Amino acid sequence: MNGTPSPLAMAAEGLAPEVSVSRDIIKKGLWIAPLVMGLGAIIWGANGAWSAGLGLAIVLINFGLAASLIAWSAPISLALMMGVSLFGYLIRLGLIALGVFLVRDVSWVSLPALGITIIVSHLGLLFWEMKFIAASLAFPGLRPNAQEWKPSGPAEKP
Amino acid sequence: MEAIARLIAAEAATPADAKNTAAAASAGYAYGLAAIGPGIGIGYLVGKSVEAMARQPEAAGMVRTTMFLGIAFTEALALIGFVVFILLKFA
Repeated sequence: MNGTPSPLAMAAEGLAPEVSVSRDIIKKGLWIAPLVMGLGAIIWGANGAWSAGLGLAIVLINFGLAASLIAWSAPISLALMMGVSLFGYLIRLGLIALGVFLVRDVSWVSLPALGITIIVSHLGLLFWEMKFIAASLAFPGLRPNAQEWKPSGPAEKP
Repeated sequence: MEAIARLIAAEAATPADAKNTAAAASAGYAYGLAAIGPGIGIGYLVGKSVEAMARQPEAAGMVRTTMFLGIAFTEALALIGFVVFILLKFA
């Protein structure tokens, strides 16, 4: 024992960036919801529209739940965050499976529309958000709150 | 796999039953196998992120942002497996 605290006993302090990322993803998802439902209606008819809406809702709830679990556990300890991330993955997959099984025999559900919407909207929203995050990291001046960000100038001489 | 296929063929009353049973078993295997890879990937990703946060706590915000996106991208693989499962089993 050398007195150094274990990394797993440490806790992450400060703001929860995943909450703002997931909030941003959910906002974008709600913006594109009419478009997704419209595409579902064009391809699969009225049932496709409702199923596409349900698929998008599942994806957005999944993002929100993932972010909430990490944001809740990180300030407690990094070990708990690891556990919650891994078991949260299993729990969220189980919840998605349960949600789909509960509605699989409902008359207005089209399973191909539901499945394809889940995959396409999950990946599409992620790539959209990743592009935004990568751009804001590379060019901080482009951030919406750029006024608050000030570049560090040369150190003042005493 | 061949033994399972033989068992299914022996137990099923008709060829149609055998086909349905084999399709259900295959769908289950597809979902189960598709969930293993992302599970390993998320474990590795989060472990490395914790290591990075412990080494450089001042970079924790950036690490957590990247980790969250990484988890979501890895999870997409499991979702693809799940969608294949529901399409094989129920559609």
